[in-house]
Amino acid sequence: MDLDKLRASHAAWQTQASEDETASRFRQGLNLKSLYTPLDRQEEDFEQNIGWPGEFPYTRGVHSSMYSGRPWTIRQYSGYGTAEDTNARYRYLLDRGQTGLSVAFDLPTQIGLDSDEPEASDEVGRVGVAIDTLSDLELLFDGIPLERVTVSFTINSTAPVLLAMLVALADRRGIARERLGGTLQNDSLKEFIARGTWIFPIEPSLRLTTDVIEFCSRHLPRFNPISITGAHMKEAGADVVQELTYTFGNAVAYTTSVLARGLSIDEFAPRLSFATLIGPDFFIEIAKLRAARRIWARLTKEKFHAADPRSSAYRVFSGVLCRALTREFPLNNIFRVGVMGMASVLGGVQALSLAGYDEVYELPSEESVQISIHTQQILMHELGMNEAIDPLAGSYYVESITDQIVDRVWERLEQIEARGGMLALIEQGVVQREIANRAYEEEKLISSGQQVVVGSNRFTEGASPAAIRIQRPDPRVQERQTERLRENRRERNERDVTESLQRLTQMARTSENLIPLLIQAVQVGASIGETTRALKETFGEYREVVSL
Amino acid sequence: MSSSDVDLRKRPLRVLVAKPGLDGHDRGAKVVAMALRDAGMEVIYTGLRQTIPQIVAAAIQEDVDIIGLSVLSGAHIPLTRKLFEALAEQGAAEITVVVGGTIASDDEIDELRALGVAEVFVPGTSLGDVVERVRHLARPKEAGS
Repeated sequence: MDLDKLRASHAAWQTQASEDETASRFRQGLNLKSLYTPLDRQEEDFEQNIGWPGEFPYTRGVHSSMYSGRPWTIRQYSGYGTAEDTNARYRYLLDRGQTGLSVAFDLPTQIGLDSDEPEASDEVGRVGVAIDTLSDLELLFDGIPLERVTVSFTINSTAPVLLAMLVALADRRGIARERLGGTLQNDSLKEFIARGTWIFPIEPSLRLTTDVIEFCSRHLPRFNPISITGAHMKEAGADVVQELTYTFGNAVAYTTSVLARGLSIDEFAPRLSFATLIGPDFFIEIAKLRAARRIWARLTKEKFHAADPRSSAYRVFSGVLCRALTREFPLNNIFRVGVMGMASVLGGVQALSLAGYDEVYELPSEESVQISIHTQQILMHELGMNEAIDPLAGSYYVESITDQIVDRVWERLEQIEARGGMLALIEQGVVQREIANRAYEEEKLISSGQQVVVGSNRFTEGASPAAIRIQRPDPRVQERQTERLRENRRERNERDVTESLQRLTQMARTSENLIPLLIQAVQVGASIGETTRALKETFGEYREVVSL
Repeated sequence: MSSSDVDLRKRPLRVLVAKPGLDGHDRGAKVVAMALRDAGMEVIYTGLRQTIPQIVAAAIQEDVDIIGLSVLSGAHIPLTRKLFEALAEQGAAEITVVVGGTIASDDEIDELRALGVAEVFVPGTSLGDVVERVRHLARPKEAGS
């Protein structure tokens, strides 16, 4: 291609184009313009930046055959009420062609409270399933073959306890530990940035996350011990560049912490996984996923000297941005979710959860979940999404944005290091403030109508609250859980429990990996609240940095 | 704002934006707090996971005119009920209460209003609308009262 000739004809075109077509704008942390040409791509090094699917730098995808060889997993995020209630929902989902499970836990479980504790009272079984003891987990997966159906657990501060319960359950069922698959979110650092289910201070939280990764790397080779997550930062307001910057900032912190345990990078990095949310910025989100793969590949190779190619593969679970859904005209959300799902698939994700159109109101109804699963199946089977790998590669626009995201995130990761690392920035509240400011800026654009939300701030004629069938949570959930806790306490040997909890408190003071002790504790019937309290005795509690 | 409003206003409105219970979603609370602050109100944000007694104590100590509860977990009705009980017990029933978050249905909005909530802000409410509705809710207390 004769670039000089192209430059000349581009200049000639520009004189005729209206100002609007050539002006650049700043959005999503990126400089964007209306037209991209080969001139934006002139320095392309194909092998270095784009390459082949399943190979470094993984821009095109983590598997060589991508979806034709391995379709994405349909993994709807789900859970409510008691373990029995959620078990019934899981069977419903699996019957309808879902291929993996994703557990939503209630808030008491996530922050280490038993269902009968006073602070838990309004929240038991509300936003997810209530799990207090191993017997609850047993009921949750009753009749579900854990050696075949992989389960993803959205659990962070209490991830070590849930891992202990899962291992104990697998042991009981006779599933070999080396065959146990699944994923724990276990991303404690991002809880301080967004989502807020922290318990312990930052340092001991990182230690527990590291304990899980170390234990799994040594004993559960098929398990993903962490899903490093940008999703909640994005839901909290982060733009694309902030999301990737802080996701990888956390990833660097975890990796550094595990390396300090004496594991080599290739002993654990192949099992590190990621999670993200895809918003309505269709092409930018696709570019984000491509950029994320290239960034992680470079980080693992250049910074951590990974030799095993699997260490450099950014495997990602994706959901959709729920704050892009509207309360007005909720059926419009079906289309919004479908398009965000399509961007996820065009961006090459490994697993996908699509929110229900009614989630602005409540947990999704069965009908709404059915629509979400059908949407995934339409994407998978009707729209030709599996046919070509990374189909938007080579687009002047998508490639150019991919490069820009990589460059900006890389630069900001270097700044983080220079400023003392992620932990320091989280401790000072810098990250939290930056994301909140970004959220405020966007909200002002929506409030003024500059950013259009159809049916909400424009084209609102005929808007009225939807006839959504609200399913109130069963008011007896807490009672049922409390009864089961009592039963559990009657059946267990108190001395064994007390001893195991005391040992936990003591060993938390050492650098010993706590997972084996937690497994023993849950086996003798210790609850999530009891194990959490035992750890709090040593670790103390986090005090939030509140600032606006 | 008319000039008579300005005369009446001995001090800016003071608002406590509070996150009760276990819910950790604070985007809405922070964004609304920033908008009220930029509109000239004095805003105190509690941070996450506050108990109702903590919220009432902060409201009394900070001498606020309005408490804004933000709840996205679905627990808004029991939490709001407890807030009103605690305000009454502490002799602070004159404080105006507004609630925002993931509030499901019109029935729930009615239920919150029946408890005494002055305004309910559902998803999609614009910041401008929140500011206007809060501003018109409460006459600020006399300074030093």
